[in-house]
Amino acid sequence: MKVKTELPEIFEDFGEARQQGFLKVKSLKDQGQPVVGVYCTFMPEELVLAAGAVQISLCSTSDETIPAAEEDLPRNLCPLIKSSYGFGKTDKCPYFYFSDLVVGETTCDGKKKMYEYMSDFKPLYLMQLPNMRDNDRSQKLWYEEIKAFKEKLEDFFGVTITEAQIRDAIILKNRERQAKKDFYHLGQLNPPALSGAEIFKVMYGSQYKFDKAENIASLEAATNAVKERYANGEHLEKKPRILITGSPMGGVTEKVIRAVEENGGVVVGYENCTVAKAVERLVDEDETDVYKALSDKYIHIGCACMSDNHDRLDLISNMIDDYQVDGVLDMVLQNCTPFSVESRRIKNFCNDEKDTPYMYLETDYSESDIEQINTRVTAFLEMLEG
Amino acid sequence: MYYIGLDAGSTTTKGVLFTETDYIDKYLLATAGDPKGAMATVIDYFTTHYGKADKIITTGYGRKLLPSDLAITEITCHGKGANYLHPGITQVVDIGGQDCKTIRLNGNGGVLDFNMNDRCAAGTGRFVEVMMRTLGEDIATLDTFIQGATPVQINSMCTVFAESEVVSRVAKGEKREDIALGVCHSIAKRINGQHAKLQAPKGEAVLFTGGLSQSELFGEVLAQYLAAPVYRDDLGQFAGAIGAAQIGLKKFSLQ
Repeated sequence: MKVKTELPEIFEDFGEARQQGFLKVKSLKDQGQPVVGVYCTFMPEELVLAAGAVQISLCSTSDETIPAAEEDLPRNLCPLIKSSYGFGKTDKCPYFYFSDLVVGETTCDGKKKMYEYMSDFKPLYLMQLPNMRDNDRSQKLWYEEIKAFKEKLEDFFGVTITEAQIRDAIILKNRERQAKKDFYHLGQLNPPALSGAEIFKVMYGSQYKFDKAENIASLEAATNAVKERYANGEHLEKKPRILITGSPMGGVTEKVIRAVEENGGVVVGYENCTVAKAVERLVDEDETDVYKALSDKYIHIGCACMSDNHDRLDLISNMIDDYQVDGVLDMVLQNCTPFSVESRRIKNFCNDEKDTPYMYLETDYSESDIEQINTRVTAFLEMLEG
Repeated sequence: MYYIGLDAGSTTTKGVLFTETDYIDKYLLATAGDPKGAMATVIDYFTTHYGKADKIITTGYGRKLLPSDLAITEITCHGKGANYLHPGITQVVDIGGQDCKTIRLNGNGGVLDFNMNDRCAAGTGRFVEVMMRTLGEDIATLDTFIQGATPVQINSMCTVFAESEVVSRVAKGEKREDIALGVCHSIAKRINGQHAKLQAPKGEAVLFTGGLSQSELFGEVLAQYLAAPVYRDDLGQFAGAIGAAQIGLKKFSLQ
């Protein structure tokens, strides 16, 4: 295991992780390693690890495969859903191709209906995520779903998953989460220690480092290198500090990060799927029932598909304070109903409860709106500077 | 010192000239597909009449096309410009050729919140222009044309479909002026929805700016839907340019 210890090589290493992962996953497959492909952070990766398999995040962030998807799906559907389906259908995503099993969850309406079609050309298992999280019935349902998924994995891969294996996986995943947290919490430093683009690059890339020990070591190396640089007095200039929240981000939609950072702001934190939303809360290692430990963790991911989604407000609230946020940018994918409807609540919460300016930004996977995004984001930054 | 505020819009390019204390002059021309050329023409006009300006502040979608002393977005400039035209105003609706902006201000020209429709011609000055052309009229004659008309209901919000709707209504023999007024109502209704997203206190007075604000009757229709007093100003079309000049003279005269 070779871990890079110098910046910016560490950032480059994470930047290339997704591309390099294609070859890695192929060699893992050649060695007979089972692979589970997923789209969403609700998936309890601990079970996949306990089954001796590798979990990978499937392609969903490019408009390249949208025309193929639109042959089967409505045009006015969220681009993430269309892109995911299109990559599967055209077999253009190596991760999809190498997945023995794809696992989805009943998150938003578009996704759960899309999976029905995807199962026509790929072995697909669907977990039933409840719509609510604050009552016993919903929690029981999710608990049973987690157990059923464990049985599915045992059955599908012909293995037995023991509680001890799950417990080991919980500890390993928590270590990885803590390493991720230690890294993206660097965004709390003021003046900034690194750009939001760099934070995102590392967090996005860390999804594609399949060797957990290596991933943890690389994340720790990155954190230490940035801390060292900061201790030597190297930092970025003070600028309006932006928290990004909203729909999943990655690939084309990183244009929003650039719009902030090329027009006088800095993204200090991300309350979204790739960064804090699914990582901030650890699994309770002291809980005797491993399935309860897992279901408690995952059901509290603050996705807008949940009603009501107070977990998202709690995380945004803490992040505004901890990251000394000047403005909140809610990036919503076009036709993403849960996040677009929830935006009003987020706006009112930011303005009224946190006294923090908020902007709503709707976009898709095209590049055609970059100038409009630049104008809006610049106007927002001008507004923050008064 | 002379300050030029230059607003490079999609349809028209506007310039105003200020000293630290006074408004001096204005100039407007059609952008006509050449924003850079139009901006240069405005600067030439002021140079010819008043000599070389000390500072040029640009705004609008073409704000970065020419080197300037400062480039500021149209949102911030419209806020400051609106406050210059109507001190203390807290709500702005700006209907331009390519977009529609609704802005909430702090009472001192500072932006508190804003939104823009810049994805679609519906709800912009372009929509009215296209419909008027379809009816065989020039947008400049809007007020005299719709005077005393009874609005028909236009259901299509897409410019292309609305155009076919207008054509079919003309074919049915409906009065052209009733259709034109109906078009104004459909836009005002849509803009009210956009403005409502700012969650401003109901009934708070609005300054209506941008090219379409030259129409007194459109202002009245807008007031009906917003259920608030709507003010207009002879310089309403220059609000962005005025704001740019005001921001510039505040920034540079303090140095």
